[in-house]
Amino acid sequence: MWAATFFYYTILSCPMSFFSARNITKNYAAHKALDNVSIEIPPQSIFGLLGPNGAGKTTLIRIINQIIAPDTGELFFQNNKLGAEHIYQIGYLPEERGLYKKMKVGEQALYLAQLKGVSKSDALKKLKYWFEKFDIKPWWNKKVEELSKGMQQKVQFIVTIIHEPKLLIFDEPFSGFDPINVNLLKDEILALRRNGSTIIFSTHNMASVEELCDNIALINNSKKILDGRVSDIRNEHKTNTFSIGYNDFKNDIRTVLPADFTLKSQHNRDELQFAEIQLPSHATANHLLKILMPHVSVHTLNEIIPTMNEIFINTVNQKLSTSKLNNYE
Amino acid sequence: MNKIVLIIKREYLTRVQKKSFLIMTILGPILMAALFIVPVILSQLSDEVKQVRILDETGWFLDRFENSDRYTFEHVFTDLETAKANISGNDIYALIYIPRPEVSVPSSAIIFSNSQVSIDLKSHIRNIMAKEVENQKLGAEIVKEIRKINPAFSEVKADSLEKTNLITDEILKNIKTNITLTSIQLGEAGSEAKSYTEVSMGVGMFAGILIYFFIFLFGAQVMRGVIEEKVSRIVEVIVSSVKPFQLMMGKIIGVALVGLTQFMLWIVLTLTIVTVFQTLMPNKITPAQATEVYQDNTSRIPSESNTAALQSTENEDTAMSRMIEALQSIDFTTMILSFLFYFIGGYLLYGAMFAAIGAAVDNETDTQQFMLPITVPLILAIVMAQFVINNPDGPVSFWFSMIPFTSPVIMMVRIPFGVPMWQVGLSMLILTASFVAAVWLAGRIYRTGILMYGKKVSWGEMWKWLFYKG
Repeated sequence: MWAATFFYYTILSCPMSFFSARNITKNYAAHKALDNVSIEIPPQSIFGLLGPNGAGKTTLIRIINQIIAPDTGELFFQNNKLGAEHIYQIGYLPEERGLYKKMKVGEQALYLAQLKGVSKSDALKKLKYWFEKFDIKPWWNKKVEELSKGMQQKVQFIVTIIHEPKLLIFDEPFSGFDPINVNLLKDEILALRRNGSTIIFSTHNMASVEELCDNIALINNSKKILDGRVSDIRNEHKTNTFSIGYNDFKNDIRTVLPADFTLKSQHNRDELQFAEIQLPSHATANHLLKILMPHVSVHTLNEIIPTMNEIFINTVNQKLSTSKLNNYE
Repeated sequence: MNKIVLIIKREYLTRVQKKSFLIMTILGPILMAALFIVPVILSQLSDEVKQVRILDETGWFLDRFENSDRYTFEHVFTDLETAKANISGNDIYALIYIPRPEVSVPSSAIIFSNSQVSIDLKSHIRNIMAKEVENQKLGAEIVKEIRKINPAFSEVKADSLEKTNLITDEILKNIKTNITLTSIQLGEAGSEAKSYTEVSMGVGMFAGILIYFFIFLFGAQVMRGVIEEKVSRIVEVIVSSVKPFQLMMGKIIGVALVGLTQFMLWIVLTLTIVTVFQTLMPNKITPAQATEVYQDNTSRIPSESNTAALQSTENEDTAMSRMIEALQSIDFTTMILSFLFYFIGGYLLYGAMFAAIGAAVDNETDTQQFMLPITVPLILAIVMAQFVINNPDGPVSFWFSMIPFTSPVIMMVRIPFGVPMWQVGLSMLILTASFVAAVWLAGRIYRTGILMYGKKVSWGEMWKWLFYKG
């Protein structure tokens, strides 16, 4: 009871949230795109919006951008109801993005900046700065179609942030970039957060989620199935599994392990043998060491923390199998 | 509001700077000249045999008018009033009155009719009269020439002489005759109104075709622009800054301004060309005369001298002044104002539909199935225009100038003939209501369609989009 009251109190007042979407539902003629999805994004953080293709991420992002309206639910920007005036404070880099092919790069950047409410002289100044920073200054008077894909993406990134929005939404920002430019972009995104922006980051690249995101929400089949801090989620999904590196053991390690310890995998590398062992819930790493120490010399011991990739796949598959199960019943 | 101006500016400037715009600007005036000719061809499509009466006070043309598969000619020998009175009851198409000239040879005729007389009949009459008068003049000139050589020459023997040797260019030039035709329409109350069918037809058809072209050209440009934004995937970037409706309206208005600019440039350019032509080469053909040359060429009595005749300077003044008089009978303020209204109205109606189609498809080849229902009414309008032009006050003309999908073209064809105010007002009202509805509906299809990729859209699908929530 107390917990529930506290829960509602935090949700309704929520002074910590920079942006929140509450109970968003969106239906299209044949299918439900979003089913009662809520997200809370803390200020000055990077929020990962994850999910398989067709889960409803793009619909949610479009709703946040006020491109489409939800059927039910409410959105708050810095605790104010989201409205037309917030358009200038949001920068959006869509997954399906492009530029006018026949238009000159500089002209186009200027146009898009002005659409975001930046005055012409202001936009010129800022664009100059960013074009120099991204090494695309010589392309100012070229037509977009003459640019390589990577350069077009740079232009696109610049026009997304040119109006210095408080909330940035990047949908697969790294597609089309080479590794060097991916790093450049990552640094820029981290710099933006440092300078006070809040960022929504949608991607399928789980490695970059671990690297960049503070919080995530996982959407599958139009429902939110997981959310929270990345570190918390990874810790929660730990399976009490350890990787141990050892040598000087002639026998199979299984012969010394108790029955409730499971050997997940084994391999050799550089004179050492490695074994992944899942412990029963009551056991700890110390128990494992105690059991093994009389037999082997231990060189390394690591707890295996699941990657976001594993969590993503497991969670989505679990839901898939339970929903299938439900269908059979 | 500021943003829609930005969009309009971009749409306008990118199009005006294109090469194709420049080419169209140059080709346009040439096209305009070509359009002068169309009404002439159209007027020859009628296949009914028409009865024409001739009251010839001069007696020069008694056996000259021969019956054809288009006209039967019959001479009357009463006075003018009786002849006029007899027209209405007897299913007579027209009465040609050739008055006796005071001093010289006959050079004018008046056509009385109940309805407007076709260009074809006029040029036919003009040809026959000119030919006869010229023949007479030629005979007199030859006699004059021969008398210079042999003063005792008697006219009777003229035929036996070899005339051709004596005919010089100068003589040919001197005998050229320009026949002035005035048509007078007999009103129901017996009132007479001078009418200038040729000019009305020309102007009406010209305006109708121009509207047709403009709607098609610039409507398709809107569609192509929308598809371009979809294909290049820029649309989602833009609709995160502006409302889809603003983007659509910005594009439609921007393209409309391009159309109006083109129109203005055409007018200015045409006028400049004509003025330059007239100042530099006063002997050469003006647009007005070009029409006449064409008419004579297409008439069924080909005559070398006729074509040559129209290029002579001697006749220019009269030809021009008649043309100007005829043009003055048309209310150009009304014409231009209604052109602007029907262009904008028709363009908005069709432009909105074109925008909706552009939003619904992924590339231009997919537009076919949706284009057909839109282009059919427009093409129907241009097909109907030739019937309307022959009967501008009939029920067909009335209804087609009320239906908003055809009214811009049909009403423009009718206006030079004079249309009752209430009809123009009603038609404008219907058109306005229609384009407001079309823009609203198109906006709803547009905002869903532009975000839809890789999906073959059907009519049913578009219907559903109308009801999606914002």
